[in-house]
Amino acid sequence: MRSNPAEFEWAAPATLEEAVKVLAGDPDAWLPIAGGTDLMVQFAAGTLERRRFLNIWNLGELRRIDGFPGELQVGAGSTYTDLRENDIITREFPLLGRTASWTGGIANQNRGTLGGNVANASPAADSLPALMVYGADLILTSTRGDRRVRYEDFHTGYKRMNLAPDELIRTICLPRRFSGYISYARKIGTRKAQAIAKVCIAAVGRLAKDSTQLMLEDVRIAVGSVAPVPLRLRNAEQLLNRRPLDEARVELACKAAAAEIQPISDLRSTAKYRAQIVNNLVREFLDTLAARERER
Amino acid sequence: MMSHSLKSNLGEKIVGKPTPRKEGPGKVTGEARYIDDLSFPDMLYGATVRSQIARGMLKKITFRPDVPWSEFVVVSVPDIPGKNYIALIENDQPCLAEKVVNHPEEPILLLAHPDRYMLPNAVAAVSIEYEPLPALFSIEESERKSEIIWGQDNVFKSYQIEKGDVDAIWAKADYIVEGEYSTGAQEQLYIETQGVIATYDCEQGVTVWGSMQCPYYVHKALMVVCDLPEDKVRVVQTETGGAFGGKEEYPSMIAAHAALLARKSGRPVKIVYDRAEDMAATTKRHPSRTRHRTALTKDGKILGGEIEFVIDGGAYQTLSPVVLSRGTIHAGGPYHWPAVRIIAKALATNAPPHGAFRGFGAPQSLFAMERHMDRIARTVKVSPAEIRRRNFLKPGQTTITEQTISEPIDLEKLLDRALVLSDYESKKSRFRQQGKNGKRKGGLGIAAFLHGAGFTGSGERYLSSVVGIEGQPNGGVRVLVSSTEFGQGTNTVLCQIAAEALGLEYGDVAIAQPDTAQVPNSGPTVASRTAMVVGKLLESAALGLKQTLIRAGMLGEPYAAEEFRCACRAYMERYGELRSLARYEQPDGIHWDDQKYRGAAYAAFAWAVYVAEVSVDLTAYSVSVDDFVALQEVGRVINPVLARGQVLGGVAQGIGFALYEKVEWRHGRMQNSQMTNYIVPTSADVPPIRVYFEEIANQHGAFGAKGIGELPMDGPAPAIVNAVEDALGIPFNSIPLMPEEICEALTAAAGPPSAGHSFSGVR
Ligand SMILES: Cc1cc2nc3c(=O)[nH]c(=O)nc-3n(C[C@H](O)[C@H](O)[C@H](O)COP(=O)(O)OP(=O)(O)OC[C@H]3O[C@@H](n4cnc5c(N)ncnc54)[C@H](O)[C@@H]3O)c2cc1C
Repeated sequence: MRSNPAEFEWAAPATLEEAVKVLAGDPDAWLPIAGGTDLMVQFAAGTLERRRFLNIWNLGELRRIDGFPGELQVGAGSTYTDLRENDIITREFPLLGRTASWTGGIANQNRGTLGGNVANASPAADSLPALMVYGADLILTSTRGDRRVRYEDFHTGYKRMNLAPDELIRTICLPRRFSGYISYARKIGTRKAQAIAKVCIAAVGRLAKDSTQLMLEDVRIAVGSVAPVPLRLRNAEQLLNRRPLDEARVELACKAAAAEIQPISDLRSTAKYRAQIVNNLVREFLDTLAARERER
Repeated sequence: MMSHSLKSNLGEKIVGKPTPRKEGPGKVTGEARYIDDLSFPDMLYGATVRSQIARGMLKKITFRPDVPWSEFVVVSVPDIPGKNYIALIENDQPCLAEKVVNHPEEPILLLAHPDRYMLPNAVAAVSIEYEPLPALFSIEESERKSEIIWGQDNVFKSYQIEKGDVDAIWAKADYIVEGEYSTGAQEQLYIETQGVIATYDCEQGVTVWGSMQCPYYVHKALMVVCDLPEDKVRVVQTETGGAFGGKEEYPSMIAAHAALLARKSGRPVKIVYDRAEDMAATTKRHPSRTRHRTALTKDGKILGGEIEFVIDGGAYQTLSPVVLSRGTIHAGGPYHWPAVRIIAKALATNAPPHGAFRGFGAPQSLFAMERHMDRIARTVKVSPAEIRRRNFLKPGQTTITEQTISEPIDLEKLLDRALVLSDYESKKSRFRQQGKNGKRKGGLGIAAFLHGAGFTGSGERYLSSVVGIEGQPNGGVRVLVSSTEFGQGTNTVLCQIAAEALGLEYGDVAIAQPDTAQVPNSGPTVASRTAMVVGKLLESAALGLKQTLIRAGMLGEPYAAEEFRCACRAYMERYGELRSLARYEQPDGIHWDDQKYRGAAYAAFAWAVYVAEVSVDLTAYSVSVDDFVALQEVGRVINPVLARGQVLGGVAQGIGFALYEKVEWRHGRMQNSQMTNYIVPTSADVPPIRVYFEEIANQHGAFGAKGIGELPMDGPAPAIVNAVEDALGIPFNSIPLMPEEICEALTAAAGPPSAGHSFSGVR
């Protein structure tokens, strides 16, 4: 372990209200810690700059999942296991349950939180594409009050985000309008389990019968690990929506996707591979849509 | 095979049985103490300041003033009382760099402090100025000799093997097949990282406890660095959490460092590497390049060939000559070569020294051989099974070193059995019928191979190992060896052998903790030699013990276990000690010529045929190993559960070697020295591995045993890559084979990206 524990401080407020107060006292010094599954890795490597941990693990206000008629509110402190065990998520937001199921191993899923995944802001994070396609909103909280922002605009650059130093992510809100959608997610990792994604994708869409043809509707695709931030493939979607699903469309959508991503070569993979994989996965998603339709 | 050779062993009670591990309960209950579980009063923690560049002259060392340096013990070269090298073969590796550094993890200074958490910051606060020198980072760069970084020509060692008239074969050949194959570095990734504790005392000298394979290697190295006589150096192996060769030579380095800090401070010093330091600074499997040029008849029989085998040794020679030797001798595989010329070289580069790792050169050269066999099969247009069948070594024929195969091994039968067990033919036809548009493609690959057990050539004679056994006050016995347990089962297997030899219960036999003050030097625990060589010596020592009791008139044959125990107790009461030692003697008929590299290279070979079934995902370009048949002939299986465990682990490690484990080098330094980015297979990436044994008793091994530890590392990689070629029709000749390369090859073959797989649309 390359950090010196003696140089670190630990505060463990009992409520969210107290937590944001402590944070407001010296926002640049405190480091909120939820499950610690990202932070402890950095602690062990000796790479943390801030030395004051603000423990928000298991705060009741953060660790709850509430189903309202129009939306599901997931507390930022919900663990992957919490997500996997929630009925509404399983039924209406299956992508979130599936991506949770392949995030790390069981131990990690018992400890890692959805809020931590968002705030850690790794472009390779597994849950983020799902949040994008579900059109999530985030509720951010501080002593100044709460504000609600669109998740899609939250990440502004590599590890940069629309979160003030005195704010915590409180809730992830998911509009309950995706039942009946066909969903698809896949993680291309460095191995079959316990892997960081080389590329990950989440997508939903519908096929609706026009007068004569089957048309694509509300197709939403997001990818991870191919840009500094998780990315919604807006241009590709636009080419697909309200269009019939045929080879020419698929071709166009893949070309558009290739132009939207900015993959790099790093220790995990190459830019070329990532680009090819995005192409293949967008195709596989559209293939899945078509196959589901054929089954009907 | 099985029935004929084992009849003589039917009377055995303990050998051949799955007796539980001797150290198992301690490990399961947490009672076992690993080095980082131990703590001595007043102990300091040590850390290593390492070079930051691959090659250069050391100019200046400065200590950043914001660290309380007076609290630290600092060791540099002038603090070394003896010689500044880690004794091994050439003694070229310094204990601490003095004027030059030759790789980017070279130890320069040592620090110690009572608070281990103070160390990382202090290490970072030492800044070193260099005058950089040009460095070499690959076999090719080292061969070009633009810089000479070691000796006269960057060559640590070379061998040449000549058998028959190679120059005459080319004119007779119907086919000449050429190929180049390469393998990458591989990290051992034992669970417990390297660690030791050293104490130093003017009277008693130095004592080191630690995680290690070879206490007497460490003992020898400490005598040199500390300038102490034999009896003032003591080395004790503590419970060791895995090694795989990675704790063969490196513990001498870390032990020397801890000893120097202990000597200077007068206090016990513990050094335990964290994972990142362990992965970056300690040894890995040698990267290799092999070139084959083979002459064949029209029906695919080998007339002869040339093999060039080159390994990258890193910055110092360390064990490279021996790794090269084993790789060279295994380069021809289990085939009959009427004529062959092998030219082998170990070259210097500016990476940390590469070292021992399960298989020790053989997985590298056998990968090449077995990939090349498939290339030959394709060229000659016979099946991979058939090409091997036509060229297998047979009893009476000679290996590439002209060692005559004298045991009744029948490789064709082994192959046939492996094909049946893997359901080879029907799977093969199923894969052929798979349409072109599937999302996955299946394939099957075969590897046939051999592995020599024990030290190469005259190695065992030079080692001249000694094994002991002694009576215990309770009437049982205790095995005295420096052979170490590190998860593979040494303790259990040796106790089984002793119990069997003496007609005792398994529970009557204990084994001493390897401690150079207590146990004789039974040689290093390497080279798949322990069950065979040490076990055989133990069998003799045990018989000696029994003879002592018989000669003393206290025991008569036949006897029951209780009679032995009584006799043992009585003897010890009367004489105080009951002890028997046995020393290795070269069996008759084993001759080896070190100059010509000719003769009996190994006392025994284990033989194997492995079949891998893979599927390649055409969306992700990833390879999944779906089924694996591992069939081997390893002589007598002393403990079937442990033997099976060796094969399972070896195959898993082989899967990593083939498909996952890629060391990312940058200027000689490993970039991915974390488990999150150095990817080893998980249980999800390993298929059911079906393990089968054949047993031909080996006269040179205990109860007929041969070596087994390394063998299963040799075959998986070529079997898997052969299967990938079978699936895709594209030859890959370099491992690890990553999805990125398969992507590259498939997209190049198919044209622009969108042709990846075709869209089937909505009907
Ligand atoms: C073995 C292992 C395997 C892993 N596998 C995966 C994987 O497969 N896929 C994947 O995506 N990730 C993986 N991770 C990473 C990690 O588990 C996830 O990113 C997890 O969601 C982080 O959540 P946490 O609560 O543990 O975050 P922490 O480590 O506690 O915090 C992470 C960051 O988020 C901030 N933070 C946390 N909560 C809040 C909040 N409510 N408001 C504001 N800021 C906050 C912290 O300050 C910190 O900067 C793995 C980690 C490990 C150790």
